[in-house]
Amino acid sequence: MPNSTLDKSRKGNFITVVKLPGGEIKSQLIRLGISEGDTLKCIERLPGGTIVVRKNRQEIALGFDLAKKIHVTLSEKHS
Amino acid sequence: MKEDNVSRSDKKNTGSAPLSSERQTSPQKIVLVGNPNVGKSCFFNYMSGMYVDVSNFPGTTVSITKGKYHNNDLFDTPGIYGVGSFNDEEKVARDIILSGDIILNVVNALNLDRDLFLTLQLIDMGKKVSVLLNFCDELKKQKIKIDTKKLSGLLGVEVFETTAVDNAGFDKLEDAVKMARTGKQALELQSILNHVIEKSVPQSDALLILEGNESIAEKYTRPCGTADEREKIYIGRRNRVNDIVDQIEYEDSKKGEIFNLFGRYSLQPATGIPILLVMFALVYLFIGEFISQRVVNFTENTIGKNLFEYNVKSFVGNYTPVDIKLISKDNTGNDVIIKTFQFPSGMDDDQSLKNEFRVMSKKPGVQCDFIFHNALPQLFFGEFGVITMTVTYLLFLLLPLVIGFYIVMAFLEDSGYLPRLATMLDRAFNKVGLNGRAVIPIMLGFGCITMANITTRLLGTEREKSIVTAILQFVIPCSAQLAVIAALLSGAGIGPIILYISVIFTVLIVLSTTLNKMLPGESSPLLIDLPMVRIPRMSNVLKKTYFRSVGFMKEAGFWFFIGALGVGLMQITGLLTVWQNAISPLTTVWLKLPKEAANAFVMGMVRRDFGAAGLFHMNLTVMQKTVAIITITLFVPCIAAFVVMLKERGWKEGMIIWFSTWITAFIIGGIVAQIVI
Ligand SMILES: Nc1nc2c(ncn2[C@@H]2O[C@H](COP(=O)(O)OP(=O)(O)O)[C@@H](O)[C@H]2O)c(=O)[nH]1
Ligand SMILES: [Mg+2]
Repeated sequence: MPNSTLDKSRKGNFITVVKLPGGEIKSQLIRLGISEGDTLKCIERLPGGTIVVRKNRQEIALGFDLAKKIHVTLSEKHS
Repeated sequence: MKEDNVSRSDKKNTGSAPLSSERQTSPQKIVLVGNPNVGKSCFFNYMSGMYVDVSNFPGTTVSITKGKYHNNDLFDTPGIYGVGSFNDEEKVARDIILSGDIILNVVNALNLDRDLFLTLQLIDMGKKVSVLLNFCDELKKQKIKIDTKKLSGLLGVEVFETTAVDNAGFDKLEDAVKMARTGKQALELQSILNHVIEKSVPQSDALLILEGNESIAEKYTRPCGTADEREKIYIGRRNRVNDIVDQIEYEDSKKGEIFNLFGRYSLQPATGIPILLVMFALVYLFIGEFISQRVVNFTENTIGKNLFEYNVKSFVGNYTPVDIKLISKDNTGNDVIIKTFQFPSGMDDDQSLKNEFRVMSKKPGVQCDFIFHNALPQLFFGEFGVITMTVTYLLFLLLPLVIGFYIVMAFLEDSGYLPRLATMLDRAFNKVGLNGRAVIPIMLGFGCITMANITTRLLGTEREKSIVTAILQFVIPCSAQLAVIAALLSGAGIGPIILYISVIFTVLIVLSTTLNKMLPGESSPLLIDLPMVRIPRMSNVLKKTYFRSVGFMKEAGFWFFIGALGVGLMQITGLLTVWQNAISPLTTVWLKLPKEAANAFVMGMVRRDFGAAGLFHMNLTVMQKTVAIITITLFVPCIAAFVVMLKERGWKEGMIIWFSTWITAFIIGGIVAQIVI
């Protein structure tokens, strides 16, 4: 599976989080339920690269600048 | 502070002894804690019965709400995802949690893997906790089962199933308070914590120090945990949450994808922008047409001016020298003075003239202008009268508008639309150093800059707060001002409207890009959870509106009073006239407006629409009108907004912004004047 960053994901992609950016934002992501190793689904990708993901029943929007710092692997199907 | 001890559950459980016996002995601090939008405020309103002490603002309950539950203090806190210090809301909530005796942790049953993180953190802190598992109605609808008993066992605290909107499970709230206890703490944390606790730091504080809360560490002069240490604790906690959720949750339906069409459509610009425009139109109809035209017209003129001010002023006029001008509109809509009454030693001194005045002033369409001769009556009851103008302005003009806006805000908030709007616009806001969340204060600004200034608190960094505060004071016209502008430009054709909008928009872009370049630091990226889209309950909307309106009046009211006193003093000392003369060259030569337009700027400092309204009476060409309203829009915010801005952003930044709006308004207005007139 190709390594990529979250901003590259397309609507419908399944995403496995490989590495989060460090510092405060990492703690915030973990609290919201996004941590390394998790599988998310990309449910929207807006023009410009704002990403909306879903984890279980929770939808979370991430700005482009944050999304491009999150290393992920992308796939078309649920693994 | 008013107290209301007769909460509803109090009435139901008249016989129950345990809490009532505590009543005399030890009042406890009960704190409602939970993620945003989980129903904390629903519980708070129910438990505290009538409301006590409120200040609550859209998107951010930064101030704490306090009430009474039996003999105990009950606190509502801002929604948080964890106890920490990542933003103002968290800091406020953190301090109340640390000082609390009993934590009622409200949890959204649909988002356990998000919400339980906070629950476990509270338990790790060693707090006495009861969990209120809310949204149980939605669980049934979405065919999800949660093993509450097992959850309770795993957490080590009681779990109560509730549906806050239907008051279901509320009969157990008293038990929840009584049975709150410390839960099962993470084993790996205990050994680390033990040596900090030895040094006489409470466990809750010790954990937060370990998790890198600097201010708590300073308080106990202990070394603060590093970001790495926090991360390790967080990851451990996250894994425990996932583990618990795996054990207790069963979904009947296939991987429950609730696909919400409206939610999706409002995200993508292609569909989201039309949705936004429809929203704007509806809001405009409600606030612009209904509230600010019909309702305010009635409250301000009929109740405020003709009933309240007329009676107060004529009562005062009985005893003090006064001239009264009766003004009416002629058939072209201009004001004309129909008669001037003079009472050199008060109205009581000249009964026949007084009677004549009474009769004439009661005729329909007649307005009275009282000019008091003496300074004190002038200060309190005159044109800018501290008592007359402040009351009319606050209660009969501002209050209806504020209520209207809070209804809209509560509606948008409860519908789940705002976070989606913020997401859709995020990329556009990035260009000027903001993230999508900035849309909330800016949108509010079109209603009332004062309210919007308070809402800047929800932004992540000081830098973002500064940029948004500047945008609000410089370019955003408030609803009152918009109404007058619309009236001034009606019938002038599309040209002036385009000119107005493009000038203001250009200033917006230049201002925000410049600030983005100039201000040091970095803005925070968008990271926001999107709650379910649903139709708000009217009762909840009205409740929120009520509490917030009271809070707003408390916050803005006093300062407006002070402002009115200041302008009143300027008027009676003659400073106001000096002022008017001083800026009139600027008005005539540079802005190419008549000399009297200078008054509009003085008035505009008190109230933004006063300024614009002053232009009605002048014979201006279309282009002169356009120049005037561009200048007035860019000009300083009203007095209430100014004072709130000083409070929020500090003296230095506030004054810089205030003076800069002066300069910008005259420079831009002048340039436009030199080109088009
Ligand atoms: N369906 C459902 N909606 C709820 C429930 N509890 C609260 N709500 C709704 O959730 C929204 C947020 O409630 P609020 O009390 O303002 O949450 P807070 O942000 O935690 O104070 C409101 O629209 C409530 O009507 C519940 O048990 N079921
Ligand atoms: Mg609330």
